[in-house]
Amino acid sequence: MKSVVKQERMALSGDEAVAYAVKQSDVDVVAAYPITPQTIIVERFSEYVANGEVQTEYICTESEHSALAACLAASVTGARTFTASASAGLALMHEMLFVTSGCRAPVVMAIANRALSAPLNIHGDHSDSMAQRDSGWIQLYAENAQEVYDSIIQAFRIAEDVDVLLPIMVGLDGFTLSHTLENVDTLPDDAVKQFVGSRKFPNVLTHEGKKAPFKLDPETPMTMGPIALPNYYFEFKRQQEEAMKNALSVIQKVNSEYAKISDRSYGNGLIEPYRLDDAEIAAVCLGSTAGTMKTIVDALREKGVKAGLLRLRTFRPLPIEDLRSALCNVKAVAVMDRCMSFGGHGGPVFHEIRNVLYDADVRPYVVNYIYGLGGRDTSPLELRSIYSDLQRIVAAKRVEKPIQYLGLRE
Amino acid sequence: MVLKPSDFRVPEVYADWCPGCGDFGIMNALQMAFAELGLEPHQIVLVSGIGCSGKEAHNVKCYGVHTLHGRTLPFAMGIKVANPNLEVLAIGGDGDGLGIGAGHFVNAGRRNLDMTYIIHNNGVYGLTKGQASPTLRLGVQTKSLPKPNINEAINSIGLAIISGFTFAARSYAYDVRHLKDTIKQAIQHKGLAFIDCLQPCPTYNNVTTKEWYAGEDRKDASGKPQPRLYKLEETGFDPVVHDWAEDFQKKMAALDKAREWGDRIPIGVFYKNELEPTFQDRLTSRIPFYMQRPPAKQKLCDENGFSTVDLSEFMKELKTS
Ligand SMILES: Cc1ncc(C[n+]2csc(CCOP(=O)(O)OP(=O)(O)O)c2C)c(N)n1
Ligand code: SF4
Ligand SMILES: [Mg+2]
Repeated sequence: MKSVVKQERMALSGDEAVAYAVKQSDVDVVAAYPITPQTIIVERFSEYVANGEVQTEYICTESEHSALAACLAASVTGARTFTASASAGLALMHEMLFVTSGCRAPVVMAIANRALSAPLNIHGDHSDSMAQRDSGWIQLYAENAQEVYDSIIQAFRIAEDVDVLLPIMVGLDGFTLSHTLENVDTLPDDAVKQFVGSRKFPNVLTHEGKKAPFKLDPETPMTMGPIALPNYYFEFKRQQEEAMKNALSVIQKVNSEYAKISDRSYGNGLIEPYRLDDAEIAAVCLGSTAGTMKTIVDALREKGVKAGLLRLRTFRPLPIEDLRSALCNVKAVAVMDRCMSFGGHGGPVFHEIRNVLYDADVRPYVVNYIYGLGGRDTSPLELRSIYSDLQRIVAAKRVEKPIQYLGLRE
Repeated sequence: MVLKPSDFRVPEVYADWCPGCGDFGIMNALQMAFAELGLEPHQIVLVSGIGCSGKEAHNVKCYGVHTLHGRTLPFAMGIKVANPNLEVLAIGGDGDGLGIGAGHFVNAGRRNLDMTYIIHNNGVYGLTKGQASPTLRLGVQTKSLPKPNINEAINSIGLAIISGFTFAARSYAYDVRHLKDTIKQAIQHKGLAFIDCLQPCPTYNNVTTKEWYAGEDRKDASGKPQPRLYKLEETGFDPVVHDWAEDFQKKMAALDKAREWGDRIPIGVFYKNELEPTFQDRLTSRIPFYMQRPPAKQKLCDENGFSTVDLSEFMKELKTS
């Protein structure tokens, strides 16, 4: 496929890639509070505002809770809104996350994934966003700065699609992506503007019986996020779930439409299989780890080992069918979690993958690797050992220890 | 045993503040105040927030609790209520205490626990690279700000007084002796004491610098700088409420002083009232043995791990037949 627009190659860190994408996406309101490793995103963006390069209202709030509250309020009036956070900041937003998704406000948020206290740690892992799994937000995880840039632009389209209308968070691994400079091919401003378009609103019936766009407007008064007791609350939640299901096809559509202008796509937008077709053993991972894993798969393939990788790009909504069909012919699967689910049976991604494979005709062996917590480095050698383990599992025809810790002193 | 300030140092921890940071002065003043009050490390708890200021808890030898951003006071309150015999000091940044944690600041005033709260007033979020903090005035533009500050500052002394803090003072990180004396007074005060500590941040605050406080930009005819800081105690200002009848007047006088900024900035004690019952007094009026047997001194279980609480009488009340 040939890109239809000329792109400019820039050296950007993941955080800068976010800021640049937001700059091009014609955002009306940004409200945020600084936290490492997200700070550079809003720092750069505030420069664009100060230089008059964007027409965005930028609100420096006094906490993340207020930042998301401001975004929600702006979003329900029809404004395109963006915020960014990480770790304790995202945790502090917890209450507001549910209000935002419940109000069906398509806020876009970048998360520079970072560990949670205690002990205090500023480095990367997925504990912060995984803890918000059930908050009703779409979750994408990017592999590199290029994908960070592309995903932020796509995120506005996904969130604002009238069949979706859900907030979305795009995860970029703290420091590994947020602070590392990479080559990023960027689209021209007008191409992004055109791709993102302006916000669209479904028509709803107001309490005055008028048909009106779903946003707060004094001309067509309506109530959003009202009290709904046992009589209606359940139906609201069911609708959110329906919107999540709709997001599955919208994410795929946006991924392929974006490919037309950029010549870049990420699998089908939901999952990115890598040398998986004939693979006998495979790993499943999220985020930047996939980059290293791909080189390991290549090296193994050269040695004749039928290894593959599945990168889960969209964690919410979970692409159940895609995951099952991609993995059901593999003999053994290693699921990698950069997060703990204390007291559970493995990490959150493991829960999902094993659950999905339960309905496969022939179930692969599944083993969980918890790794990289609090920024712990995971070497290629350690990652490679996962595949040797899988080979042993296939040979032994059983999983001896379903939950493993990679690179841990014990 | 009489301890020296150096006994409160933590040589094994490297204090990684920037060279010239006011936080060093605050650390020294704390160590000196503890020594002069004859306190020992095991009697003191330093509860800090998140920020450059939060690192004080690592650098002073005593119990240290490095908490969450903005949550300094609730942690400190819990510790003080559980063990009122400890000398509890909460310490944190201006962003921590007056922005994200401002709700706790106001509500701490309602309780008047006998403890001390010190805010490092540097006008910026130091740790996250110099964004405007809630003490930065409207229109001021420090290094990291692309445009002058769009928000007005919180008057922390004023807020403390109207929220119910019974001691409110200001000091200066580079006047270590004055700060040490102020910390001593705050610790000795019976009730909740607040210190607004002016703290130059040479890295990000290029406006309220040590030179600015020293008035080096305004020299008199002989070329002598005209310092901006002046000491309330040297002006005959009496902050002490001796009788409830004068409380209103004293509060108004303190609020009036708290409005001063710019060319004349008062430091020292603005307001002090020991007539207000502390939270410990209030608890003791309900639980007479509270001070002798506070929660920290109560046994939760016996040697066999069984609860020491006898619930049998209570259970009898719940019996239905
Ligand atoms: C909930 C939460 N949000 C954001 C942060 C990131 N953060 C750490 S320190 C800080 C601001 C520090 O400013 P201040 O409290 O004034 O302390 P200073 O560094 O100036 O001493 C911020 C925003 C955090 N740790 N937790
Ligand atoms: S940034 Fe400012 S407050 Fe923080 S250590 Fe450096 S000088 Fe001190
Ligand atoms: Mg500060």
